[in-house]
Amino acid sequence: MIPTSHYVVVSLLLFTTGVIGVLTRRNVIIILMSIELILNAVNINLVAFSQHLANLDGQIFAIFVITDAAAEAAVGLGIIIAFFRNRQTLLADEMDLLRW
Amino acid sequence: MTNLILFYFFAGLAVLGGVLVVTMRNAVHSAVFLITSLLATAGLYLTLNAEFLFVVQIILYVGGIMVLFVFVIMLVNLDVALHQVQFNRQTWVAGLLSFALLAELLAALALARSSSTGMQLLPAPHVPTAAVEGNTEQIGKLLFQNYVIPFEIASILLLVALVGAVVMGKKRI
Repeated sequence: MIPTSHYVVVSLLLFTTGVIGVLTRRNVIIILMSIELILNAVNINLVAFSQHLANLDGQIFAIFVITDAAAEAAVGLGIIIAFFRNRQTLLADEMDLLRW
Repeated sequence: MTNLILFYFFAGLAVLGGVLVVTMRNAVHSAVFLITSLLATAGLYLTLNAEFLFVVQIILYVGGIMVLFVFVIMLVNLDVALHQVQFNRQTWVAGLLSFALLAELLAALALARSSSTGMQLLPAPHVPTAAVEGNTEQIGKLLFQNYVIPFEIASILLLVALVGAVVMGKKRI
């Protein structure tokens, strides 16, 4: 039996890695991938505590989180394609059309 | 014992894959390492006796979302992008803040483990007895009985995302 805290530590490491990716990368696609990492870290936590409490609700929530990740990836990548078509670049700091 | 070895293998693979996703220069390499990390996470679900999520993770994440990512990378792949600076100017501040966040969360976890009000109050880890019915059956029952309204709302969310993605992909917005 693996202690639940082990899973929580793995989840924390993945979460922090994802946060670093979102904050430091300039490529929009890699920023989206880092967001997927963050969502994945949350899922590990949910499933670990679902096992810890012998309660399946956590796994249901993990399924909903995966659904949201799929929706977010589809719309996000659509936005990236539209952005690329207009500006011919993928850098997040070039996304300044609304800046004055 | 086998369980523990499997856990450390999958956990190490997941974290290593995550770090490589963030540090790789080429977006395609990042995508491949993200696939590694997601598959390792699926393995972690297996060590947690969550078989249904294991399969969902592989089919949906690795088979669906990651294929979408790779397609988009191929569509917008630029050789120029590889020669640009990949990290922005706030890298050091961001790294510092992220490590502060990690330290804070680890401290919270240690505190919760040592104090009498934290995880100690949770019931002891459940030792799985002989399963009356499988994980998938239980999840299906829960999903279609207790969580049927969130389930329907999720289907509407997916429909909205579908329409949104199609509109975003049109030639002229």
